Amino acid sequence: MIRIGIDVGGTNTDAVVMDGATVIAGVKAATTADVMTGVVNALKAVLEASKMEASAIDVVMIGTTHFTNAVVQRRDLAKTAAVRLGLPATASLPPMVDWPEDLKAAIGGTGYLAHGGNEFDGRVISPLDEAELLGIAEDIKAKGINTIAITSVFSPVTGEFEKQAGEIFAKALPGVHITLSSDIGRIGLLERENAAIMNACLRDLSRHVIEAFRKAITETGIKGRFYLTQNDGTLMDAAFAEKFPVLTFASGPTNSMRGAAFLSGVADAIVVDIGGTTSDVGSLHKGFPRQATVAVEVGGVRTNFRMPDVFSIGLGGGSHVVETGGAIKVGPTSVGYRIVTEALIFGGKTLTTSDVVVASGRYELGDKSKVAHLTPAFIASTQARIMSMLEDCVERSRLSPEPLPVIVVGGGSILVDGPIGGLEVIKPNHFAVANAVGAAIAQVSGEVDRVYALAEIGRDQALADAKDRATEAAVSAGALRSSIEIVDVEDVPLAYLPGNATRVRVKAVGELHVG
Amino acid sequence: MKFLRTIHAEDMEDIATGGAILGTGGGGDPYVGKLMAQQAIKQYGPVNLVDIDELPDDALVVPVCMMGAPTVMTEKLPQGEELINAFRALEQLLGRKIDAVLCGEAGGVNSTTPFVVAAMAGLPLVDGDGMGRAYPELQMVTFTMHGVSATPMVLCDDKGNSLVLETVSNAWTERLARAATVEMGGSALLAFYSMSGAVAKKAIVRGTLTLCSELGRTLREAKAGHVDPVNAIVDKLDADVIFHGRIKDIERRTVGGFARGTARFEGVEEWKGHSFRLDFQNEFLMAERDGEIIVTTPDLITVLDAESGLPVTADALRYGLRLKALAMPSNPQWLTPAGIDLVGPRYFGYDTDYREYFGR
Repeated sequence: MIRIGIDVGGTNTDAVVMDGATVIAGVKAATTADVMTGVVNALKAVLEASKMEASAIDVVMIGTTHFTNAVVQRRDLAKTAAVRLGLPATASLPPMVDWPEDLKAAIGGTGYLAHGGNEFDGRVISPLDEAELLGIAEDIKAKGINTIAITSVFSPVTGEFEKQAGEIFAKALPGVHITLSSDIGRIGLLERENAAIMNACLRDLSRHVIEAFRKAITETGIKGRFYLTQNDGTLMDAAFAEKFPVLTFASGPTNSMRGAAFLSGVADAIVVDIGGTTSDVGSLHKGFPRQATVAVEVGGVRTNFRMPDVFSIGLGGGSHVVETGGAIKVGPTSVGYRIVTEALIFGGKTLTTSDVVVASGRYELGDKSKVAHLTPAFIASTQARIMSMLEDCVERSRLSPEPLPVIVVGGGSILVDGPIGGLEVIKPNHFAVANAVGAAIAQVSGEVDRVYALAEIGRDQALADAKDRATEAAVSAGALRSSIEIVDVEDVPLAYLPGNATRVRVKAVGELHVG
Repeated sequence: MKFLRTIHAEDMEDIATGGAILGTGGGGDPYVGKLMAQQAIKQYGPVNLVDIDELPDDALVVPVCMMGAPTVMTEKLPQGEELINAFRALEQLLGRKIDAVLCGEAGGVNSTTPFVVAAMAGLPLVDGDGMGRAYPELQMVTFTMHGVSATPMVLCDDKGNSLVLETVSNAWTERLARAATVEMGGSALLAFYSMSGAVAKKAIVRGTLTLCSELGRTLREAKAGHVDPVNAIVDKLDADVIFHGRIKDIERRTVGGFARGTARFEGVEEWKGHSFRLDFQNEFLMAERDGEIIVTTPDLITVLDAESGLPVTADALRYGLRLKALAMPSNPQWLTPAGIDLVGPRYFGYDTDYREYFGR
């Protein structure tokens, strides 16, 4: 199977062509404001570099930080209505109560509390009030809002009210986008509601972005299937991704860490991904990113997604280097993607970390004569400062005192010289495009979510059955059987049903079958 | 009256973190209570924390609590007026003005709920509680050992229902209130255990809200100072790390409104090759290492994320998490025969006596 992995970052769009487990070619292109041009450029360049015909490509996998960045930078977000069903309960903490004010303002901060919702045991808190919802629909229409997030109390136990409310809004407001919280999150009202609202505010953007990806692929002549990677490192098809853009959150770090493991062949390590503006550091255990155990914030909003535990610092290839009173300060400000015009080596006026690396003679880039004035002492102190910043965050991510290797990837990897904090540094081939490799090797998952009567079959047998079913689901989705691992097991007792009924959720993931 | 300190909205962060540590896996996630306290403080003004010795012996002190299953509290948020309604209704029943608010349970969500009432009622909050940790049943407070009756008690739900209980014992209060709470949808808010300042001076576990605040600060400062957060907490609490491992199985069942279950761990690093088992009934109550029971209630067992040191609740235990388990000594009041009867392992149906981990 020939596949292309693409990583659309804030600065660069990277692409790789892989044949089975071999990376044939990798390229970097600039991300463009319209997204599509950058993807087309990257696709064309990587096809040319790999000497492949577009028709030979079986599948394209895209990882994108576009949606995360939109929330973090508060741009391109649609005015959104958050409708919560649960009155009289939950009124103490209305929708978006724990959001940063600027993000709330960016999406209009429109929240409604309505009747509905269920108790933990499925009983109704209060019946759905159609007239009330139609009144809200009127108000939503008057405000010119066209995307709604609906969250009902205990919808992961029974999602009926969310569905009914969704139908009422769809009928009253034709063409409106509707996100149901039970499709995205689990128990924990505020976190699930937050995820649903973020998803809703990205629906306009996701339509444009997915369409841009589709056009870019068509324009290059590729006829293969097209997937996006989600936060757990598995794939979702384009139509699904358009409805659930929020599931792409944190897929960037996941892809870069999985790519680093794949390229280096090392499964236990610290991964440092150095970009233009920031470095992300996380740890890899058996080839998988370590997951954060506590509620993860995205753009200042608490969610309950499963995400890799990644620590970021403001250090990258474009970071400003400033000397003040004998001390050298590196970052967190950066020239970012403007490095190609603003860095000294490219004829600009700003001293960046890349300029210092070129001046040291360790790497050839741009015009070396433009940095000839930097003294050896200055170069050495800057280098020492960079290494101490990296050492600091590597130490934070260490799982144990064992001397794990550090895998350094990303375009800014040229900053690293020698071991970090005494730990061996590995810079694998194609290190600059590890993100895209991670997307290309993204896995396929199979999930079951079933209710078992434990009084009849017992818990062990129920779990075994669920694991078998998840494995089969992963195989039929295209996973290689021998690579399948059970990554998540959760059983939730449903106290209100007889026979010790328990809802069992199991997720199995495996490598895409490379035939 | 001299106040220990004034608690503003931003101070609730540390208190909630510390409350989760003393929550010993249960008591509910303090996040929701923290947000409610912050809303109340922003609207009604800050809360003054007071030492119990500052109150006159004839003062009337009333604790407040949220009761129910932790999962329900993170999903079905309160309507907002329940606590103050219960508090006011009890005040009316008692026929006199309440002078100070008390915390019933310094672990979990109830480390934050008294701040809501103290802010709304404009009353001082006593620095202390009735447990020094979290426990699942409402008779499990040091107040019970001092002969304080839980009733008259007022129980309020999100729908506006309220219930007054008069019972023959605190154990009966628990039974009846629990049944009512399940009917109310798994969570209710209550005002109970009214007592005089004189009794409170003997009956409470002192200083626990300040301890919550200090634990939160310790974790925050450890993070800022790049110090191992678990070690910082261990030092602060006079605790021991009893295991370091990864969860390989969790079994849960809901019995009579409680989240019961067992988590099994396999050891990593210094505990590689060892096994560990935690039994919980809302809170972590018993720890077994390599098949041997090593810590039991009333001593505190708490579980922290091995990296960040942040407390992990029994509800949040997930397959694959890497955690450190800590044991810490309970308040001495619980180690008396009466205390062991109330909260010892046999009460919870475990066939074992209390094990002295801390060699007192």
